[in-house]
Amino acid sequence: MKGTLLQRIDQWFRHLLPVGSVLLLILINALPTRLPGFAAVVPLLPLIGIYYWSIYRPDLMPPALAFGLGLLNDVIAGLPLGVSSLIYLLAQGMTASQRRFFHGKPFRIAWWGFGLVSACALALQWLLVSLLLGHTLEPRAVMFEFLMTLFFYPLLSWFFARIQLALLRSV
Amino acid sequence: MKQHSGALGRLATLRLLAQRFTFLALAMASFGLMLLGKADTVLVERLRLAVSDTVVPILDVMSRPASTIAEVVGAVRELATLRAENVRLREENANLMHWQTLARQLDNENRALRGQLNFIPDPDPSFVTTRVVGDTGGAFVHSMLINSGSREGIRKGQAVIAGEFLVGRIAEVGQRSARVLLLTDINSHIPVILENSRAKAILTGDNSDRPRLSYLSSNTNAAPGDRVVSSGHGGAFPPGLPIGVVSSVQDGIVRVEPFVHRYQLEYVTVVDYGLAGIMPSDPPSEGRER
Repeated sequence: MKGTLLQRIDQWFRHLLPVGSVLLLILINALPTRLPGFAAVVPLLPLIGIYYWSIYRPDLMPPALAFGLGLLNDVIAGLPLGVSSLIYLLAQGMTASQRRFFHGKPFRIAWWGFGLVSACALALQWLLVSLLLGHTLEPRAVMFEFLMTLFFYPLLSWFFARIQLALLRSV
Repeated sequence: MKQHSGALGRLATLRLLAQRFTFLALAMASFGLMLLGKADTVLVERLRLAVSDTVVPILDVMSRPASTIAEVVGAVRELATLRAENVRLREENANLMHWQTLARQLDNENRALRGQLNFIPDPDPSFVTTRVVGDTGGAFVHSMLINSGSREGIRKGQAVIAGEFLVGRIAEVGQRSARVLLLTDINSHIPVILENSRAKAILTGDNSDRPRLSYLSSNTNAAPGDRVVSSGHGGAFPPGLPIGVVSSVQDGIVRVEPFVHRYQLEYVTVVDYGLAGIMPSDPPSEGRER
C-alpha cells in the first residue's frame, strides 16, 4: 500500500511530528525566560518528548534520532558534548524496552514511569557534568529541576496525546 | 515451510542484534564526544559555532514573544510593589542628587588638573549592544547566546557588560552568534579587587547565583557590603568595572552577590577595550592549536 505521491509526502510530514516536537522543546528550553528564580531551575522539557514518543511511537523515535537530538541540545545549551546525547539515548532505550508495560495503563502509571526515567536522567547528567568539569555541582538545584520537569509532564503529554490522536492515528 | 520460518527467525535475530549494536555504538559515540570535547579541539568548536549560527536567527524570532510575556509578568509584579518602590526611589533620588553635586565638583577639578598635567586620556572603547536570544538556564551551565558575532566585530575574551556592570566575557564567537560565559559559570575566573581594602582576589564561579572569592589573602577581612570591582590584572578587563558586593563570609568562604542577575539580561553590551586579553581559555600564542 504505497498511495499516491501526495499521500506519501503527507505521511512523511506526519512522521516528522515527534522529532519536530522535541526539536521545538529544545528551542523553547533555550529561550531566556527573564523570570526571577526560574532561570536557576529549568525543566528538562525535551526529555518529556523523548519519553512520550518512545512509549507510544518508538518507530518514530529511534535511538539514532534521540542521540542526534541530544547532540543538538548539547550544542545549543553549551553543555559538554555527548552528555545530553547519552542521556536521551539511554532514556529512549530504557523506555522503549519497557513500553508494553505502559500500554493501556492509567495516566498516573506513565507519570510515575517518567519520574523514574527523569530522575535517572538528571542524576546521570549531574554525575557526567560534575566529572567533566572536575567540580561537584550543587545537587539541590538539580533536585528542583527534577521537580519542575515532573510538574510539566501532564501538560506536555496531554499535548502530545492530542497530536497523536489527530495526526498520527492512522499513519 | 519450517525452513522458511527458520529463516525469518534468523532474520529477526539478526535485526535485533543490529539494533543492539547501533544502540551500543551510539552510547560509545557519546562517550567519545565527551572525550573529544574535553580535549577541546578546533573541530568541536567549529561544530558548536556552525550550529549556533544556524539556530540563533530562529531563537531570535522565538524570543521576542517570550520577552513580551516576561514583560507582562514583570508589569503585574511591579504593580504590587509600586508604592514601596516609589518611596525607595525618592530616597535614592535624594541620595543621588547629593552624589551628582559632588561628581560635578570633582569632574571640574579633575578636568582642571588634567589640563595642567597634559594628561592623555585612554581611547574610548568601541562597543556593540546586542540581544540575548538564548539562555538555557539550569544548574549545569551559566552561559547565554547573543545574536551578534564576528561580523559585528565581536572577538573572544571581550568584556560583556549590562548597564555599567560586568556580567561576563565572550567565550565563543561565530559569524552571527556568540556565547557569553557569565561570571557565575564554573569556568569563569576573573581577577578582582575589593574596592575599599584594595585586596586582590579571583572571582570564581561555581554555577550558583553567587560566585566565590578565591585566593583572597588571609589577613584581609572582607565584610558583607564591600564592593567588588575588576582589577585589570591579566589584561582581560580594564580596572574598576563594578561587579557586585560581598554578600556573605562563612568559614572563610567569601561570596559575592553580582549587581546584575542572569534573568535580568535582555540586552548586553560587548565592549572592546583594545586589551590583548590573556584569558585562561585563550591559546597563549596563535601558533599553538588547541
